[in-house]
Amino acid sequence: MALKTETMVLNMGPQHPSTHGVLRLELELEGELIKKVIPHIGYLHRCFEKHAEAMQYNQVIPYTDRMDYLASMYNNFGYVIAVEKLMGIEVPERVQYIRLIMGELQRIASHLVALGTYGLDIGAFTPFLYLFRDREKILSLFEMTCGARLLYNYMWVGGLSHDIHPDFQRLTKEFINYFKPTIVELDSLLSYNKIFIERTANIGILPVDTAINYGVTGPMLRGSGIKFDLRRNDPYSIYNRFDFDIPVGKGLVGTVGDCWDRYYVRVREMEESLKILEQAIDNIPEGDVQSAIPKRIKPPKGTVYSRVETPRGELGYFIISDGSTNPFRVKVRAPSFVNLEVLGELCKGHLVADVIAILGSVDIVLGEVDR
Amino acid sequence: MGLLDKEFSDGNIVIAKVDDLFNWARLSSIWQLGFGLACCAIEMMATSASHYDFDRFGVIPRNTPRQADAIIISGTVTLKMALRIKRLYEQMPDPKYIISMGSCANCGGPYWEHGYHVLKGVDRVIPVDVYVPGCPPRPEALLEGLLKLQEKIRNESLRKKSA
Repeated sequence: MALKTETMVLNMGPQHPSTHGVLRLELELEGELIKKVIPHIGYLHRCFEKHAEAMQYNQVIPYTDRMDYLASMYNNFGYVIAVEKLMGIEVPERVQYIRLIMGELQRIASHLVALGTYGLDIGAFTPFLYLFRDREKILSLFEMTCGARLLYNYMWVGGLSHDIHPDFQRLTKEFINYFKPTIVELDSLLSYNKIFIERTANIGILPVDTAINYGVTGPMLRGSGIKFDLRRNDPYSIYNRFDFDIPVGKGLVGTVGDCWDRYYVRVREMEESLKILEQAIDNIPEGDVQSAIPKRIKPPKGTVYSRVETPRGELGYFIISDGSTNPFRVKVRAPSFVNLEVLGELCKGHLVADVIAILGSVDIVLGEVDR
Repeated sequence: MGLLDKEFSDGNIVIAKVDDLFNWARLSSIWQLGFGLACCAIEMMATSASHYDFDRFGVIPRNTPRQADAIIISGTVTLKMALRIKRLYEQMPDPKYIISMGSCANCGGPYWEHGYHVLKGVDRVIPVDVYVPGCPPRPEALLEGLLKLQEKIRNESLRKKSA
């Protein structure tokens, strides 16, 4: 006679150190095996879209900071590009260059947190300390520029809040030279660590067609082996002037599209960001960063959709203008939110401990999932 | 002097008030509940990481409320989360302390006006000991908040908790 068994429901979160914020996962277990994962969101719903309706166009920018708080610069970037497209503003070259440099520095800083906490989730504490040490160097560059460490409100419609500091270029070059060897260090410390590979290779494999069906973007999609990056495929700002590669998952230690591949794509992306920085940092043209800022932001009636490649994937802003000083509606297509949906597919059939590894490799920011 | 001189004359004994001993022990190893809410949690992580090193004040994260002494409310408290925070607080053993970190936890922060789903200050559900202002506060500000909390614990007495 067969043994009578039943499934067990286990709650993970909202207070859990590895959910990267306040996410609750409802796990349906059969013994140690996952049958079903249901993510419950909304513990950090901060009403971004409602705020956007109640504020003027430039007052929305600080709220975009607080969506994806690990990549605030890039959230500013996406929003100001959308409003500029709506109003038809041409931005000076100097502003374009500085925005791009800040964006790429932010990408490195964001990936450092993603990789550091990923190691932390599955038991490697040391890389976290190393990576946060390097992240502090980027934050001090930001702080020197605009006075804030985490939430910048730096990019304004048509310009920037501050010009760069006279020492900025020198210190950024110093950082680039300092940071290159630390990527090699990270490879030997974490990437090719035997235990780390055991925990992440062949875990949570994301097949290409599933990724496309769910609309997954960013390092998750590239981890599955698709070369899709908006900086190359739909260039915005001045990205088409620079030479850089798009790293994709190759299944070096496991299968293409597993957790390790998604992790490793982020490591390689930091290298590519350094490449862009090297090309851009010496070529910043002279000029005034605030000359194109409109006195009054009152776009004509119409709609605009504009998308940028944040460290997490495609961030899209859909703005409807009714011709007044406040946006009628701002809809955000948040990459973390879309990437999180595929979690159920990834976890099926894995062990409970693998949920942590898979969730970390998705790299969600709850501020952006819930908005 | 009498008894003290005769019985404890070899100099290996420290005499202190029980109050001082307890307070010293409590303030030197504040174990915080390891959970983050929003943006401030990233600054809290930065504070415990290599550059600022929370550990030198004896603060280490514990992942269960049953073993935690303090809870740092790091970020926006939404109405949905407020119930969970209250429950976490109730699960902690006494003595327990709360640091409210950042404007959102203090008073609703930038979401005070139109944030229909944001609790306007965590002190509406749990009692707060130290408020740290800022959006987000710098790690130095959080350290200062912790020093203030230590000061507060230093003045406690077994008979009654200081105000």
